Amino acid sequence: MTPATPEGALHSIPALLARNVAQHGSKAAYREKEYGIWQSWTWADVAEETDALAMGLLDLGADAGDHIAIIGRNRPALYWAMIAAQKIGCVPVPLYQDAAAEEIAYALEHCGARFAIAGDQEQVDKIADAREGLTTLEHVIYLDGRGLRKYDHAAMTSYADVQDRGRASGLAARLAERTAAQDYDSTCVMLYTSGTTGRPKGVVLSNRNVIETSKNSAEFDDLRAGDEVLAYLPMAWVGDFIFSIGQAVWTGFCVNCPESEHTMMTDLREIGPTYYFAPPRVFEGQLTSVMIRMEDAGRFKKWLFDHFMEVARRVGPDLLDGKPVSFGDKLRYRLGNLLVFGPLKNTLGLSRVRVGYTAGEAIGPEIFDFYRALGINLKQLYGQTEATVFITQQPDGEVRSDTVGVPSPGVELKIADSGEVFYRSPGTFVEYYKNADSTASTKDADGWVATGDAGFIEEGTGHLRIIDRAKDVGKLADGGLFAPKYVENKLKFYPNILEAVVFGAGRDRCVAFINIDLTAVGNWAERNNIAYSSYQELSQHPKVLETIEGHVNAVNASVADDDMLSGCQIHRFLVLHKELDADDGEMTRTRKVRRAVIGDKFDDLIAALYDGSSEVYTETEVTYEDGRKGKITATLDIRDAKVLAKREVAA
Amino acid sequence: MKDTVDSYVTEDGRTIGKVLMDMKNITLRFGGVEAIKDISFDIREGEIRAIIGPNGAGKSSMLNVISGFYNPQVGEVWFRGEKRPPMKPFQVARHGIARTFQNIALFEGMSVLDNVMTGRLRQMNTGLFAQALWWGKAQREETENREAVEKIIDFLEIQAIRKTPVGRLPYGLKKRVELARALAAEPDLLLLDEPMAGMNVEEKEDMSRYILDVNDEFGTTVALIEHDMGVVMDISDRVVVMDYGRKIGDGTPDEVRGNQDVIDAYLGVQHD
Repeated sequence: MTPATPEGALHSIPALLARNVAQHGSKAAYREKEYGIWQSWTWADVAEETDALAMGLLDLGADAGDHIAIIGRNRPALYWAMIAAQKIGCVPVPLYQDAAAEEIAYALEHCGARFAIAGDQEQVDKIADAREGLTTLEHVIYLDGRGLRKYDHAAMTSYADVQDRGRASGLAARLAERTAAQDYDSTCVMLYTSGTTGRPKGVVLSNRNVIETSKNSAEFDDLRAGDEVLAYLPMAWVGDFIFSIGQAVWTGFCVNCPESEHTMMTDLREIGPTYYFAPPRVFEGQLTSVMIRMEDAGRFKKWLFDHFMEVARRVGPDLLDGKPVSFGDKLRYRLGNLLVFGPLKNTLGLSRVRVGYTAGEAIGPEIFDFYRALGINLKQLYGQTEATVFITQQPDGEVRSDTVGVPSPGVELKIADSGEVFYRSPGTFVEYYKNADSTASTKDADGWVATGDAGFIEEGTGHLRIIDRAKDVGKLADGGLFAPKYVENKLKFYPNILEAVVFGAGRDRCVAFINIDLTAVGNWAERNNIAYSSYQELSQHPKVLETIEGHVNAVNASVADDDMLSGCQIHRFLVLHKELDADDGEMTRTRKVRRAVIGDKFDDLIAALYDGSSEVYTETEVTYEDGRKGKITATLDIRDAKVLAKREVAA
Repeated sequence: MKDTVDSYVTEDGRTIGKVLMDMKNITLRFGGVEAIKDISFDIREGEIRAIIGPNGAGKSSMLNVISGFYNPQVGEVWFRGEKRPPMKPFQVARHGIARTFQNIALFEGMSVLDNVMTGRLRQMNTGLFAQALWWGKAQREETENREAVEKIIDFLEIQAIRKTPVGRLPYGLKKRVELARALAAEPDLLLLDEPMAGMNVEEKEDMSRYILDVNDEFGTTVALIEHDMGVVMDISDRVVVMDYGRKIGDGTPDEVRGNQDVIDAYLGVQHD
C-alpha cells in the first residue's frame, strides 16, 4: 500500500520512518534470530533505537555532513545505525564486511570518516589495523563486545553505551533540528563500488535517488506492508540498501536478519520470504544440491520427481504467466504440486515467494526455467550502483530468461552506436565522491550514464538484452558478433562445468577451455566406480571428456538457434588440468574470469586448439594457498565438437 | 611457589585469584600399580592450568581424582579452602566442576540442543511429574534454561547445527558440543580431557580460541590435559608435568620448557 501523504513532507528516510510509526507503529519492522528465537522490533521501537543512537552520536560530537562508516554482517542495529546517521545529517557509508584491512583503510581515508560502527571484534581489529596512519578516524562504536573487554577503550564505546549516553543527553531538540534540515537533494548514503578496475569509487546517492527508486520499484511489483524479506546480502551492496532500508521504509515491510551466515538456509525456511533476491549462483547452488540429492533417492521417488518435473517444465511457466493451459495439464500440475513441487519449495524456503529477483550475472535459462516451473515468480532485473539499482526489470507475465526486461518506471534507455547501453533515471547518482573526472566520464551533462555493458533492445517487445561487457564483445574474422560470456554462461549451466573460457575474437572460429566441477564430476565418478587420484587425472578421463563433449554439442545447438550469435559455436575444446584460481591471478576475487590473463598464460594451449593437434603437453606454474609456487605438467586431449551450419546472419 | 601471593595479574590483563583447588600428596593405586605417586599441586581461580606428560603418565587418573571419579588412597583434596570428603561424581558436579571426555561421551541420537540441555540438569529442580506435564514452574524453568543454553550455543558458534543429531557431526564439532554441554553447567572449574586430540590444525586453533574465550568471558578456571605441547604452552598459565605417576615439573610454560627432567621425559632418556 502506498500512503497518500504529500510528497513534500517525505523527503528523507527518517521522515518515512516517522510516517511508519504513525501509520503502523506496532507492526514488526526488523527481526533478527538470536539465541534461537526470532526477536522483533516494531517501527516504534526502531524510531526509539535510532533516536537514542543519533543523540549519542551528537553527544560524541558528530557534525552534519560527517561520514560514518558501518561495517558488519546484516543486523538490525547496523541498519538502524544508517538511519541514525541520516537523522543527524551524517552520511552512512556501509563497507563490505569481508574486505581486507587495506581496502577498509582506503575507504575510511577517502571518505574521511570520523566515526566507524563495527559489528564485532573481527571488524574492530580490521579498523584498528587501518587506523594506523589515519588521522581522521576518532571513535569506534562496536555492537558485539565479545573479546573486546581488554581493548583500549579510550576511543571505543559499545553501541548500547552510546545509546544510553544519547538517552541521557537531552539533545532531542537538536536532533529534531538536524532531521528537519534534510531535503530531497541531501545525501542519503554513499556506497563504494567493488571496483573491478582500479580503486573503488564512492557513489553518492541522494534522498531523491533512493526514495524515488524505492517508490517506483515498490509500485512496479506491488510490494506492501506485510511482505517479508531476508537480509543476507552484503550491507555495502546497493541492492541490500534499497531492499532493506529504501523499500522497507517506503512500504513498511519487515526485514529479517539471519542468525549467522551459516544458518542462512534454515532461516530462509523459517521466514518464508514473500519478496526474495538472490544472485544466480545461489539459485544454481540450490538446484545442483537438489539434483545431487535426487540421484540418491529411491527409484520410485526419482520417477515421481522426473515425471512431474517434466509436467512442470511444460506447464508451470505458462501458468505463472496466466497463459491458457488445458484442463488435464492443470490437473496434472495440481497433483505434482501436492506431491513434488510444494514440498520441494518448502524445503528450499521459497513457498511464499510472490516476487523473486535475480541479477548480477546472466542466469542459465535451464536454471531459471526450473524455478519458474515450480511456480516461483522468479524474474530478472538489470541495474548498477550508479542507477540506485534499477535500470530494467521484467513485469509479471513477460518473464524470459534471455532478456533483462523493460526499462523500470522513470528510466530512459538508449543504445550507442558501439552497442553500449546508456540510461537516465530519477535514480541516477549524484557523483563519485571526490572524483570529478570519473563522474564526468561516466555521466554526461544531460544525465546519461554509460553502463559499460553491450546490449540491444528487442524489436516488438521492447525488452533489453545484455550480451556482454562492452569491452569483451568483439568480432570474428568473418565479421560475426563474438560474445564469449553468452556462450560461457550456457556451458556453465551444466553442473559438471564449473568455468568456461571461450576464445575467438579476430579468429575464424571459437574454441574453449573448460573447468570441470569437482563436486559434481567427483560424485558421478564415485557412482560409476571410476577411480582417480587427482583433479588432473579426473579431468582427462575419457568418459569425462565424452560427457563434456556432449554438453558442448548441446550448447552449440542452442547457440546456432540465435541468428546473431550462431558464429560463436565452439569448434574445438579442451578440459583444463587445473581449476582457474584467484591466487594464480586467473580470476578476480569475485570469481570472474580474467580473459586476457588466461589467454597469455595458456597461449600454448590456444595455439594447439587452432593448429589441429589432437593433444598438447603443457607446464603450468601454480601458487599454493600459503604463497609457495609449484609447477604441474600435463598432456591434455583436444576434442572436436559438432558445429551446426551457420544460418544467414540477419542484420 | 604455592601460596606465595594471594593473587596476581597476568601479562594479558587477567586477574588470577587465590587457590581454588589444592591437591596434597595424592597417591592413587590400582591393586599393585601406583598410577599417581605422591603428587601435590594447586589450581588457582581464573587460571588455565595444564597437566601434560607422555602416555601412561597418569594424567587422566589425576583428572579423575579432581572430578571425584577416583578416590585416592593417600592424600587430601582441598576445594575452596575446605578438605573435600570422598564424593560421588554427581556430588562433585554440584560443587561446580564440569568436564569433557577424551572419548566423546555425547548422546549420539539426540540433537545438539538436547545434548547441551542435559548439562543444565543441576539447574533443574522441578519433579518428574511437573516436567512431564510441562506445567507451571517446570515450563518457566525450561525457558530459563533454554535461554542459558542458547547463549552458550551463540558463544561457541554452533547455531547452524542446533537441531542436528550429534551422530551426524564431524569429530571437531562433537568436541565443541561437549564443551558446550560442560559450559551449560556454569562450572567454576572446567576439566578438559584432551580437548584437542585427533583434530587438524585449524580445529585446534578454533578450540584454543574458545578455551581462552571461555576463561576470559566467564572467568571459568580451566584444568586441561593435552598432548600437543605447542597448544599447551600457548594457552596455559601454569603447567604440571607428570611422568610414570610422578610430578617432574611445575611452573609457567617457560619454566617447564627449560626443565631438564621434562626434556628427558619427552626425549626418552633412560630412567633409573
